[in-house]
Amino acid sequence: MSEGEKTGKQHPDYVKAPMSRRRFASRVAAVLGLGGAAGYLAGAPAGWPLSLRDPTGRRSEPVKKPVQLGDYRVAVRAGAPDVTVARGGPSIAQRLRRALAPYGGIEAFVSPGDIVMVKPNVAFDRAPILGATSQPELLTELIKLLLIDARAQEVRVADNPIESPPDCFEKSGIRRATEEAGGRIYLPDSTAFKMLNTPGATLIEYWPVFHRPLTNVDKVIGVAPVKDHNLCHASMGMKNWYGLLGGRRNQFHQDIHEIVSDLSLMMRPTLTILDGSQILMKNGPTGGDPSDVKPGDAVLCGVDPVALDAWAFEHLLERGRRYPRYLEMAQGKRTGILDWTGRVEEVAS
Amino acid sequence: MSQRLEKLPVYEPKRLLRLTNARILSQVFFFAAFVLAVWATWTSRLGGYPVSRILEMDPLVTLSTALATGYVYRFLGWGLLILGLTLVFGRVFCNWICPYGTLHQFVGWLFNTRTSAERWASNRYRPIYYLKYAILTVFLIMSAFGALQIGLLDPICLMYRTFATAVAPASDALVDTANTRLGVDGVWLDSLKFAPGVERRVFVGSFWIGTVLFLLVGMNVVIPRFFCRALCPLGALLGVFSRFALVRINRDLHKCTDCNMCMARCEGASDPQSQVRLSECFACMNCIDDCPEDALSYTMFRLDTKQVVPAPEMGRRRLVFAGIAGVAALPLVKNNGVNTDENYSDLLIRPPGSVEESEFLERCIKCDQCINVCPTNVLQPATFAEAGVEGLWTPVMNFNIGHCQLKCTLCSEVCPTGAIRKITVEEKMGKGGFTKDGPIRLGTAFYDFGRCLPHAMEIPCVVCEEVCPTSPKAIQTKDVETKDVFGKIVVLNKPFIVPDLCIGCGICQTECPVTDSRAVYVTPVGESRSTERRLLLNHRGVTV
Repeated sequence: MSEGEKTGKQHPDYVKAPMSRRRFASRVAAVLGLGGAAGYLAGAPAGWPLSLRDPTGRRSEPVKKPVQLGDYRVAVRAGAPDVTVARGGPSIAQRLRRALAPYGGIEAFVSPGDIVMVKPNVAFDRAPILGATSQPELLTELIKLLLIDARAQEVRVADNPIESPPDCFEKSGIRRATEEAGGRIYLPDSTAFKMLNTPGATLIEYWPVFHRPLTNVDKVIGVAPVKDHNLCHASMGMKNWYGLLGGRRNQFHQDIHEIVSDLSLMMRPTLTILDGSQILMKNGPTGGDPSDVKPGDAVLCGVDPVALDAWAFEHLLERGRRYPRYLEMAQGKRTGILDWTGRVEEVAS
Repeated sequence: MSQRLEKLPVYEPKRLLRLTNARILSQVFFFAAFVLAVWATWTSRLGGYPVSRILEMDPLVTLSTALATGYVYRFLGWGLLILGLTLVFGRVFCNWICPYGTLHQFVGWLFNTRTSAERWASNRYRPIYYLKYAILTVFLIMSAFGALQIGLLDPICLMYRTFATAVAPASDALVDTANTRLGVDGVWLDSLKFAPGVERRVFVGSFWIGTVLFLLVGMNVVIPRFFCRALCPLGALLGVFSRFALVRINRDLHKCTDCNMCMARCEGASDPQSQVRLSECFACMNCIDDCPEDALSYTMFRLDTKQVVPAPEMGRRRLVFAGIAGVAALPLVKNNGVNTDENYSDLLIRPPGSVEESEFLERCIKCDQCINVCPTNVLQPATFAEAGVEGLWTPVMNFNIGHCQLKCTLCSEVCPTGAIRKITVEEKMGKGGFTKDGPIRLGTAFYDFGRCLPHAMEIPCVVCEEVCPTSPKAIQTKDVETKDVFGKIVVLNKPFIVPDLCIGCGICQTECPVTDSRAVYVTPVGESRSTERRLLLNHRGVTV
């Protein structure tokens, strides 16, 4: 600072502090650099790297990257039946073990260290005696078999109920049955869903699905009750997978047979177990009165979900051979064969 | 005494070519351009003019929508122009360009009753002026999480909304009244010149939009430029950047006599008499005009780095607090529960081209440019009833007032942010390359058979079927010949909806003669922009 600049008229003591040339130059450079960078981000054509430009409004649409589910089926030993039926006997647990026997037990389906997802029907806030949900005893036995006999790493039990999920799991007895046997409950929250792509499906080629329990699973087992259904006549193993759907799934009742047959494409399970202990004969799928329920004595296992449902429709719901149309449509989608003749083994007690 | 008089500053006549006059010219130009843009946003005047450019040039619109969506829609890159201008010249936008600032300055000037001493006091910086930075912080944080609320206070959006829905119809109404009272109907002022095609446009809730204008502009009587100094989030954004400006007001201390004359007309309350606050200065140049000693200059050379307060005077604590307030306000606004996919108003019908609702709310800046351009007046600023707090003043369709014209896409054309994505008539109708997607559906029409003349009262009507624009018609009839209560044979064409064909244009509702609670009405369910709000799984007989 020179002496000359110090001689201000009003403030003789004040020393001016002019901006240095270096600081000015660096400020110009900063303004140009930042301005140029921002200009590039906002103005560069949409295809250029780092460009944020969205000339049509289509680029900023959220892309929900769809996931796909695996095929969870396993090869069963040669000559094994497609459907097994165990009737009578002292308990549900014993019937389940008998029904699995023709395959060689649960070990035929699940390898040690597998993560297994079990999908019971927990759709409603109902006691098990009303037949609207899966029976807890069957689930307990199945989880024990999976964890002890098959030495599975983890058993996940999941459903997306129609009513309050915690209440449904509680009152159906599924939560207690699962946790006592060492399984783990997955409840659907809003972040548990993913967009699922099911190639070949008519209505759910892309649809949000309760995916968290399916993340990294090796095997999937469906455990369904056998129920009357107001619209599609019967809710059994195939309809059970409806409980994994998210979104506004109530729209699907406009085309129920199409959606149920789509479900057989969406989920190719390792095994489907039908529980004929409390058969909801009428007023389904909700039931609500014990008189709607017929006590049964059957547990079915099947690797052909179409034949399994067909046999149960005929013999448990006792509705003859006028099968629900979705079973024929599923056969058309090549997910199973309707004609069960010669493919069912009734296991003696 | 005589000695004292000698010391008083001697005023020289001011030059005509000075910065303040240039500024006034610029303000007049941009204000006129703004009014012209509002006026030209009309079907018969559009002619390809960039009527939304002033909105697209608003850097706060660019920044907040980029935060919310991750992208820069169409012409929003123009916002960087104002930002660049600020980096070179400071907040010149506020006092040279911004039409809302001009309005405030003009009103403050017109209604000024202050003495000189009061003016100095009123133009001193007040600590409360930090508020705008807090508002900006809250708005930007909310934007980043998808709740775009800047339109409430952004001056351009606010002014556009006010002019389109309160000022323009008010001027129409005044012209009409004047014509009627003076008995010169249509002779020298014709309201149809303002909005040809619509007799008298009405906007639901324009009272409140107008009241906000009165209050904010009226505040100038209490504190000059109160909105600009204390509330404006755009001014705050520019204030953050203006500290880096190359050119700024500089006070030469060796000339300054501390007379405080510069405070008399300081628009920004930026304290040019001491350390000029770079973030507050509007670069109005009044202080240069008023300085009797020529101590103030607007320059980029020999800047005194000590005679400035460069940054906004907010403080870290307030910034953190504002940030927390933003995070807290987010669920408050978002979780209001009145606009979810499970629970949404049956009146929430969005214009054609609108993106899915949650994305819509990430984009809509409530500028109401779409409402301004709509030729049938069907587009209305939403009240709490339709869209909750979050969607206040966003566009909704009110089919009691008008209908969505089949071959009109003007709202999508003028939307600056892509809340209403630009569509073509072809896309709207699902023709040409869009047959796979089907037409854009705004909702679905329903009948209240108890109020429908042929259904309930044996009186022939079916205006709804007549005006239904789809082909084949989405309103069809079951024709019944019957003997009415007076014994006369009547043919009743009882209308019903074919939902597969209905596009929700609302003309049936607009034209329904049961005018209070319409016998046929449209609700948003079935709108094509959302899968969650879908109604039909399959559209029978229509390629979708």
